[in-house]
Amino acid sequence: MLQDWWLDFQPYVGGFAEASVVVLALSVCAIVVSWVCGLLVALTNRSPIRLLRYISGFYVWFIRGTPALVQIFIVYFGLPQIGLRMSPFVAGVVALGLNGGAYIAEIVRSGLLAIPKGQMESAQALGMSRTHMMGRIILPQVFRIILPPITNEAITMVKNTSLLSTITVVELTLYSQTIISTTFRPFEFYIATALIYLAMTTIISQGALELERRYAE
Amino acid sequence: MDASAEPLIRLRELRKSFDSNEVLKNIAIDVHQGEVVSIIGASGSGKSTFLRCLNVLEMPDGGRMQFEDFDFDFEPGARNQPTPADLRRLRARIGMVFQSYNLWPHMTVLENIVEAPIRVKGEPKRQAIERAEALLERIGLVDKRDARPTRLSGGQQQRVAIVRALAMTPKLMLFDEVTSALDPELVGEVLALMAALAAEGMTMLLVTHEIAFARDVSSRVLFFDKGVIAEEGPSGEVLRDPKSERLRQFLKRILHEDTLQARLPPSLTGVAAELLREA
Repeated sequence: MLQDWWLDFQPYVGGFAEASVVVLALSVCAIVVSWVCGLLVALTNRSPIRLLRYISGFYVWFIRGTPALVQIFIVYFGLPQIGLRMSPFVAGVVALGLNGGAYIAEIVRSGLLAIPKGQMESAQALGMSRTHMMGRIILPQVFRIILPPITNEAITMVKNTSLLSTITVVELTLYSQTIISTTFRPFEFYIATALIYLAMTTIISQGALELERRYAE
Repeated sequence: MDASAEPLIRLRELRKSFDSNEVLKNIAIDVHQGEVVSIIGASGSGKSTFLRCLNVLEMPDGGRMQFEDFDFDFEPGARNQPTPADLRRLRARIGMVFQSYNLWPHMTVLENIVEAPIRVKGEPKRQAIERAEALLERIGLVDKRDARPTRLSGGQQQRVAIVRALAMTPKLMLFDEVTSALDPELVGEVLALMAALAAEGMTMLLVTHEIAFARDVSSRVLFFDKGVIAEEGPSGEVLRDPKSERLRQFLKRILHEDTLQARLPPSLTGVAAELLREA
């Protein structure tokens, strides 16, 4: 029975591998975008320039209050109407990156609040510039604090790439749908798909645990 | 101290308010090279804010400050208001130690000490490390160079914090209640280091509740009350024979508390008893 299953599955191994690589590429790109975005928004949150604070406030409010799927549709189907046309892959990275950025911003903001004021004062009192202080003293400490929640965000990001099946990105979910439509074996193939996602997210959470352990020493 | 010489730091008409609360009212002092000035006063008297104005961690609302080649006018709109770059250069020459040590927990003891010399002053790495090790040697913590600060006792952390400030070879050291967070048995080691620095001629201003230390180590005492320097003078005189009733009351209160906690070295219990008898 197992042999039968493997015979059915074998022709698609290459396809699954390719689709997995697409998921990885989407996740890595979108995570990078979300971190850059989130960090910038978290820092402008404390900016003395009011307009910047309004913009970042609006951004977080909008992203957190609307479904990711609708945001993806806005980027992929909506933006071309005003002349911004992107490939499905790029649109997916932009939409998921912007989406994750709002959550990362909130996480970074709470991490910054958790650093005692004295940490900044002792850096300032030694003549450090703001950039030096943030880069060498504050953000490294923030990173240790926020490692568990940003790990969660990374895992969410990997899973959310499946939403991009709706805008024709041939990632794992769309790939398995395609082969199921010809093999009529949804049970096996969806389970296989789930296991591949599970492997990826497990690697992320184990990696983060290892990092945490190292920082704890 | 040579009273005729130019002061190391000169302040005139220094003012600071938080919202409508006037914390410092027209403070003026000169501090000369090698002087050790203790600042005492009740909480809320403005003494900590005053100290923090000296390295502009707190931006004064007005007044003038001269220190080495700096001549700042804090009045809003004044021509020589300090720029951010001025402030960084100023702070690199004024060491400050805080009540809560404020060592950076993600760095080792040695990294804490060499960070600013290397990256603020641009000192060669090897030279900064050598000096840091010499300083650690001096406070007997060279074996802790690769430890995280959180592994150290409070007294050890505070001594590392002092050494971190000294590594910048400052012209002036500010101490903001540096023994207040320490367990009583750890206070002595920190005070001993500060006394040694004073003996070596370091110019120091310290906000403190350690009256014995103020009397024995500092040359001058400032008593802050409601945002003004209510009384000042040579530490022996001011602490033994306070002129104002408020200072008398203040000393009675804190010496009494100290005696109850048995924190005073024996040398001072006589003074405390005297003050208590007077009251």
